[in-house]
Amino acid sequence: MSIVTALLPFIILLPPFSGFGNQTDFVDGFAQAGVWVLLAVGLNVVVGLAGLLDLGYAAFFAIGAYTYAYGASPFSHNHIPFWPMLLIGAAVAAIFGLLLGAPTLRLRGDYLAIVTLGFGEIVPVVFNNSDKYTNGTNGITALYQPAIPGLFPNGFGFGNPVPYYITVAAIIAVAMILLYRLQDSRLGRAWMAVREDELAAASMGINTVTTKLLAFAIGASTSGLAGVYLSSKLAIVSPTQFGFTVSFTVLAMVVLGGMGNIWGVAVGAFVIYELQSQGLKQLNNFFASSGFPAIHLGFINIDFSTINFLNYQYLLYGLALVAMMLLRPEGLFPSRRRKAELHDVDDAGAANQELVEA
Amino acid sequence: MSGQIAPPVLRTVGLTKAFGGLIAVKSVDFEVPAGSITSLIGPNGAGKTTLFNVVAGLYEPTEGHIEFLGNRVIAAPERGWLEPLLWILPPFATWALTYVVASMGGSDNLVQVLILLGLGLLITTLITAVIRPAWYGKFLTRLGIFKTARPNDMVTAGLGRTFQNIRLFANMTALENVLVGMHSRLKASPLDALLRTRQQVLEEATSAAEGRRLLGFVGLVGRDGELARNLPYGDQRRLEIARALATRPKLLLLDEPTAGMNPSETAAMMTLFGRIKTELGLPILLIEHDMRVVMGISDGITVIDHGEKIAEGTPAEVRANSRVIEAYLGKGAV
Ligand SMILES: Nc1ncnc2c1ncn2[C@@H]1O[C@H](COP(=O)(O)OP(=O)(O)OP(=O)(O)O)[C@@H](O)[C@H]1O
Ligand SMILES: [Mg+2]
Repeated sequence: MSIVTALLPFIILLPPFSGFGNQTDFVDGFAQAGVWVLLAVGLNVVVGLAGLLDLGYAAFFAIGAYTYAYGASPFSHNHIPFWPMLLIGAAVAAIFGLLLGAPTLRLRGDYLAIVTLGFGEIVPVVFNNSDKYTNGTNGITALYQPAIPGLFPNGFGFGNPVPYYITVAAIIAVAMILLYRLQDSRLGRAWMAVREDELAAASMGINTVTTKLLAFAIGASTSGLAGVYLSSKLAIVSPTQFGFTVSFTVLAMVVLGGMGNIWGVAVGAFVIYELQSQGLKQLNNFFASSGFPAIHLGFINIDFSTINFLNYQYLLYGLALVAMMLLRPEGLFPSRRRKAELHDVDDAGAANQELVEA
Repeated sequence: MSGQIAPPVLRTVGLTKAFGGLIAVKSVDFEVPAGSITSLIGPNGAGKTTLFNVVAGLYEPTEGHIEFLGNRVIAAPERGWLEPLLWILPPFATWALTYVVASMGGSDNLVQVLILLGLGLLITTLITAVIRPAWYGKFLTRLGIFKTARPNDMVTAGLGRTFQNIRLFANMTALENVLVGMHSRLKASPLDALLRTRQQVLEEATSAAEGRRLLGFVGLVGRDGELARNLPYGDQRRLEIARALATRPKLLLLDEPTAGMNPSETAAMMTLFGRIKTELGLPILLIEHDMRVVMGISDGITVIDHGEKIAEGTPAEVRANSRVIEAYLGKGAV
């Protein structure tokens, strides 16, 4: 299992070696997709495994990114190498995960969602308004790049995305192995028990407080990793990168990929990112060159060749989510449990369920 | 057995639980003697489940207290105001020290480190307080601060329970349900799981084996991979008992375990209760409406009506008690 998991991110991030398109662009796209894969597998711990609806997940992404900016930029006069910064960023994000988790412990469902939404909005605003410490709207620029003595002594450079791509694939591999291990452990069972029935879980000896806090902390630390990686790749952090749309997009990825299933969520995130970044661009190119006839219906004129599909990204998300909820509510790659939960396949099972609820 | 001499496993003293104006349990004193099956009976709405939930740490009692295995575990909190002092003392002491260091012209770096240290202490103590691990609870007790036990504390202390309306983890397998029951006894930390230490792998293997054995004990041989929601109703009741046994309790609370069962299933359950008592030596506190079960297996019976204890004694005594007959059959039946 572990070996498959280890290889999986490399496979899904594998650049096609054929000559179609600009290969550098493709690899760069994959290196960027890795960020979303990391975010999605991290949020999956909180939402999918522990069942805590977190709408402010981008906050920890921001915290990871700004941690790197403090650790490795001319702005802060620090230069801590990228590799230890990965761990530091994860740890700082985890601490903030605990800090957010603690006051929300008594909340459930809608209320938890609203409070986390608020936290997700507050964090970028704080970064935006603390000019003295964060350089405000302009953000912190010229972050140092990851370096490897001997291979890349002066950093990975901007022209070549391959080292970034390999780095993120390795981070994802390690993160996924560790998350699988947690899922199949005492803590993983406790998360699921809390998700299924918190009161019963407490009555079976689970400290639900610790269990939920650990879900927040571990989810946040994965997000922190993504933040450190992304800021090192872009060499800039600014508050606008971490708005609600990020939280929403990651949540959509988790839901579409198949909540609760680690690799399903990873593949889902990858596919969705590629579709939105590459697929929509290809769609633009296709209609621009295909000579597809414009449609005239009374007042309505639709000329596909001039539509920029990238502008309709969130509309398409919405449509995809609605379609998914109607046709395949368990997601593209559901876990066995979730499938069982949403489809009572055998009639005997359904009949039992009614008896129990009676 | 030395059942007569041993102290009771559970004792409630003047236990009262009110929901707003409704007093569901009214000043109840009762005991579960060691090694016995004690039944709690009473008409619908008498307050039996409420009493259970107070004992299990789910509801705080309005008055009175509960002793479990000789320790007073559940009662109204005492000297709770001392606790916040405890949280703020270490960080404020650090910041006071910081102030002293700064005014004596200590280095800027040292001052910054001390400020951060205080912040770290504040966060750590607050998180410890919300998590309330066992050692923290003991520490509070030593300072004379009493906090009533939470459900998970009661499990650690040795209380296993089932629910009147089955509350299994529906989308987890039978074995996983039982493993959750073992949670508080397992030692592997999340770090052990991340590193897959030999100790953690071993613990997972032995606990899975023990879980299968427990499933076998309650009559669910070979069903370990089945999702709880897909088990037939009777088996779900059995699985709940297996899950409660997995906590390795010193007292088992069963809330209407034979509800909705046919006579032959009920007879099989009675056999299971007998085996739990004799083979595992485990005392049981049982809520039950089926009088054949109650009269057949109880060593002692406590009857409550409208939240008040109206009778207790051996099955024969309780059967002959006029107040009990009145409560069940209505006034004038005597
Ligand atoms: N959480 C609650 N909030 C308010 N009232 C409650 C609550 N739980 C129970 N009650 C009330 O307390 C009384 C006792 O209920 P309880 O469930 O303990 O009865 P019971 O003896 O278990 O009855 P049954 O045999 O039907 O299970 C009832 O009047 C019930 O409505
Ligand atoms: Mg009841």
